[in-house]
Amino acid sequence: MNDFRIPLGTWIETFIEWITVTFGFVFDFIRLIVDGAFEGVAFVLVAPPFYVIIAIAAAIGLAARGWKFAVGTVIGLGLILGVDQWDNAMATLALVLVASIIAIAVSIPLGILAAKSSLASQIIRPVLDFLQTMPAFVYLVPALILFRVGEVPGIVATIIFAMAPGVRLTELGIRGVDKEVVEAGQAFGASPWRILRQIQLPLATPTIMAGINQVIMLSLSMVVIAGMVGAGALGGEIVASLSRLDVALGFEAGFAVVILAIFLDRVTAALGNGDTPIGRVLNARKASRSAAQPTSAPAPALV
Amino acid sequence: MSEITTTSSSSPDASSPEIAVKAHHLYKAFGRRPHEMVKKIAAGASRSDVAHLGIAAVIDASFEVKKGEIFVVMGLSGSGKSTLIRMLNGLWDTTSGTVTVGGTDVTGISAKDLRDVRRKSISMVFQHFALLPHRTVIDNVAYGLEIQGMGRTERLARAQTIIDLVGLSGWADSMPSELSGGMQQRVGLGRALAADTDVLLMDEAFSALDPLIRREMQEQLIELQEALGKTIIFITHDLNEAMFLGDRIAVMRDGRIVQIGTPEEILTDPANDYVAQFVQDVDRARVLTATSVMEPVRAVVTKTAGPRAALRTMRDLQTSVVFVLNRDRSFAGIVRDHDVLKMVKAGDTDLRTIIRHDATTVSPDTALVDLVEPSVGSDLPIAVVDARNRLLGVIPRVTLLAAIGNVTTSTGELPVIDPPATISVNVITDILRDTEMPRDTALEGAEA
Repeated sequence: MNDFRIPLGTWIETFIEWITVTFGFVFDFIRLIVDGAFEGVAFVLVAPPFYVIIAIAAAIGLAARGWKFAVGTVIGLGLILGVDQWDNAMATLALVLVASIIAIAVSIPLGILAAKSSLASQIIRPVLDFLQTMPAFVYLVPALILFRVGEVPGIVATIIFAMAPGVRLTELGIRGVDKEVVEAGQAFGASPWRILRQIQLPLATPTIMAGINQVIMLSLSMVVIAGMVGAGALGGEIVASLSRLDVALGFEAGFAVVILAIFLDRVTAALGNGDTPIGRVLNARKASRSAAQPTSAPAPALV
Repeated sequence: MSEITTTSSSSPDASSPEIAVKAHHLYKAFGRRPHEMVKKIAAGASRSDVAHLGIAAVIDASFEVKKGEIFVVMGLSGSGKSTLIRMLNGLWDTTSGTVTVGGTDVTGISAKDLRDVRRKSISMVFQHFALLPHRTVIDNVAYGLEIQGMGRTERLARAQTIIDLVGLSGWADSMPSELSGGMQQRVGLGRALAADTDVLLMDEAFSALDPLIRREMQEQLIELQEALGKTIIFITHDLNEAMFLGDRIAVMRDGRIVQIGTPEEILTDPANDYVAQFVQDVDRARVLTATSVMEPVRAVVTKTAGPRAALRTMRDLQTSVVFVLNRDRSFAGIVRDHDVLKMVKAGDTDLRTIIRHDATTVSPDTALVDLVEPSVGSDLPIAVVDARNRLLGVIPRVTLLAAIGNVTTSTGELPVIDPPATISVNVITDILRDTEMPRDTALEGAEA
């Protein structure tokens, strides 16, 4: 018992090394793409003057939840500006957007697959359990080896960490669609693809949106951790404040994260439950598209 | 396009064209080894014998549904009726047995062919409506047409006519959630009708509705069925609904069909104790028809027989009324004892002058509930006549009451004769003797 040890860590290390050597070009390619995407988004957010970004954010807030939230957005972003964390916040936002968009683009199809096939579901579920419970820091190590220091390992680690709820809630949403309605689609001869597109996805939308909301929230929490591998931005500030015991800097960067988190959470949550000014406009448009109906009187004014 | 219709008309060997849907020894078992279960059951095992392997939902169900018929499958929950209906359009595949829809075998065909059958031949109405909640009423009604590939303008026009047909005019652009349950199910019915398939499956379609709305929908369904001539397979757990809607009813119990028959057959001749017990609470007055309860006519004379014959009949049967027939056996009317007595006393011989026409006549398929009012209004038995006005039988009040209450009449197997005599036998005998003619005497003597 004394000297025996299962060399599990060594195996994984060997595996990662082997991957690095054999598929190095793949990871270089991924690095190129993700880096390009990040630089592009970051440029769009950082290049314009801060008031343009604040105005756009306020407009999104207004459309999603109303004027109170828009005012709150202006105050919050103003605070970030006031503590001189604007550029870092925008870089963090860019990291979160890129990571979440990729995570969503991967997790929704996986969720659909899991909902359609019990076999896929049985395979995907333990993998998700693994991804979700493995301490987030652990992802950083192989990501660092595969993608080298910079934003990319941070983004990749974030994607892996944040994907799980997107898959789970997509599966849950689709499986939760009223069985009889799906049967109705089948009974009238609709193809599985058509049932997915016209019945399952629209009816699962609130749950899927909750999943997207969770993906974004987890991304935000992970990009801060990703500051440790050189992803910089607010995460970098927080890591720096930790090493220097700089309480002031730590809380300033921390508040910036909280403000971004609240903004993203409220906006995506509002899109999920559909009862938003945007949702109302869309509904009014839908109603007025068909023949005139007296109840849809406000529609022409909005469209 | 007409793949299915061609098959049905060009293959008389498969099934006669009158059969819209045919189920042949259908089995459905849920469990790890369904085929083994079916084999055991077919060899004589009962449902509980194989319970450790899974659930035998449907056991050896065979029936044929004729074109234009309302075929009701009736059973309590867990009897397998929902499973049965879902095998008819392939929502669930059969463990064993075949289903034929319009001549096409739908068991074991490819998914694509099955979708084709569903689009063109068989549509469905669901218990909880199963409307697409994110679509307007008209888009829901047009759903089947959309899947069939019809263009938007055309299908919306078609859907609009169906919406008017099911009584939802003005609601076309509402969302389903704005509608009451009954209206939502009209949308569900409209969606199935719009698809314009020959066969309509209705799975407990009215069970989720209030009783009043349910009755209204049942009546509307019958009207629509008469107008459109669809073949309807209707699932229900409500016996009164089954009796009201069904041309024929299949009663299911524990996965098996225990009896198939018309509502009257099931009510008057239940196949076993289970069915008998089941039907004892049914509203008999609405299901039973005049034919099934009427008594043979005993108090009857032909018009030319003369008043003395009528009077003798009255005396012998102890009744005050006899029914009079024309020479071709058609129903002419009734005569009452006082009139006949007067006529005999006066020596007249032509019965026609005293025939009354106040007896109610009904057709053989009149429901008993519609006989109550005429029965209350007059002491005369109700005359049941066929299309050519021939007298098939009579329904005295006692018979009607006994039939509705499901009891036997006091006379047992003997026919009830109503109304009772009002003039004593002796009086009639005396008058007959006093007025007798030589020919009559001879007859009387022969009888004695």
